[in-house]
Amino acid sequence: MNSPSHHKANTGFFSSLKESPSTDVFIKGLWRDNPVFVQIIGMCPTLAVSNSAINALAMGLATAFVLVMSNVLISSLRNFIPKQVRIASYILIIATFVTMTDYAIQAISVPLHKSLGAFISLIVVNCLILSRAEAYASKNTIGKSMLDGLGMGFGFVFGLLCLGSVRELMGNGSIFGYSIFADSFQEWIIMILPAGGFFTLALWLFIFNLAKQKKSA
Amino acid sequence: MSEVNTTTEQSQTGSGKMLRAMVGIGVICALLIVVTYEQTLPRIERLRAEALEQAIFKVIPGITKTKKFQRNEDNTFTEITRVNKTKQIVYAGYNDKDEFMGIAVEAAGQGYADIIRVLYGYNPETEKIIGFYVLESKETPGLGDKIEKDQSFLDNFSALDVSLDKSKIKNKVAAVKQGAKTNAWEIDGITGATISSRAIGALISSSTNDLVPLLYQHKQSFEINKSETKK
Repeated sequence: MNSPSHHKANTGFFSSLKESPSTDVFIKGLWRDNPVFVQIIGMCPTLAVSNSAINALAMGLATAFVLVMSNVLISSLRNFIPKQVRIASYILIIATFVTMTDYAIQAISVPLHKSLGAFISLIVVNCLILSRAEAYASKNTIGKSMLDGLGMGFGFVFGLLCLGSVRELMGNGSIFGYSIFADSFQEWIIMILPAGGFFTLALWLFIFNLAKQKKSA
Repeated sequence: MSEVNTTTEQSQTGSGKMLRAMVGIGVICALLIVVTYEQTLPRIERLRAEALEQAIFKVIPGITKTKKFQRNEDNTFTEITRVNKTKQIVYAGYNDKDEFMGIAVEAAGQGYADIIRVLYGYNPETEKIIGFYVLESKETPGLGDKIEKDQSFLDNFSALDVSLDKSKIKNKVAAVKQGAKTNAWEIDGITGATISSRAIGALISSSTNDLVPLLYQHKQSFEINKSETKK
């Protein structure tokens, strides 16, 4: 899972930034190994909470925060955690940051907390976070793990926002609550229903892979 | 023989290490959670109170202001300005002519995932529940959370019969299968959210059973100007 070299040809317009290894770690999560479009992990929240742009952004940022913080803490404790109890330790650490995020979101906005509902607590079982802890943070320095968390986290935010804005635009005629189309626009209700999540994901995967193919050709 | 001994020794030091790691991480995590809880609590409480205020306007249609009442030990109700956490609070709603329109009551009960907190509106004049709003629920997204979103379920609470027979509710509120509602005191359940909709039925039933007779008996104490309003 760590920086697969065969992807290097596909870095696209970020290739100029690739010189320094720390940028590389960041870009890897944001673009080359994007959790939503390339690794296709963490699909449960991706499909469920991306029915509006604001929900997608909030969920993405919450996950990114948990990812960065847990990566940092796990990386700093990596020599202290015995191999046998590592998964239990990771889950404990991840659950702590999720609980903190839960309180923070409640303190920011009650309606937002209500619309994200049980998905905040379910960040604990988002396989993106555990996979980064196991595959990266437990083997790398604190600085690199933080960058990896930031890259993957913002890659996740980016993926969710792509889905959320399209679904809200088609399903509600707005983005971030601001109406885009004229009143005569007939909303595609299906786009904000669960099925619309699959359609939009398929559409984005198609676009993303098409763009990648063109670059490598 | 010696091989066996070394393995036991190794595993012993191993478990000591494991225990230390788990306890250490546990303590760090507990500290982090406690600090966050303490820091966010005042703001969360303020926001919750605001959200509750808005919810009261939803469950008693047509009101423009609310007043808090507390339930005393002798089951009477008196108006209060500061909330005493040990006492049960109900909220009376009034329209712009200061006419008493109904009472909002908070109820809670075990759902499928966690405690569900709801607010319902009761009108002592018509002896019906006139509104319903879920304050807090962690029910399964897409299934149990239909109790907040399913319009045909929410329509159950626009005129739910809780009329009294002497000092007891004539017919206890009960949740039935979707489409099986035949009486005004039944709640049409939701297919796919059976446990959650039954939980709502049960918590409304136990709360109304306890409170509605008292609220009806003391409905005069909620009126703003007793001499002007008719009975």
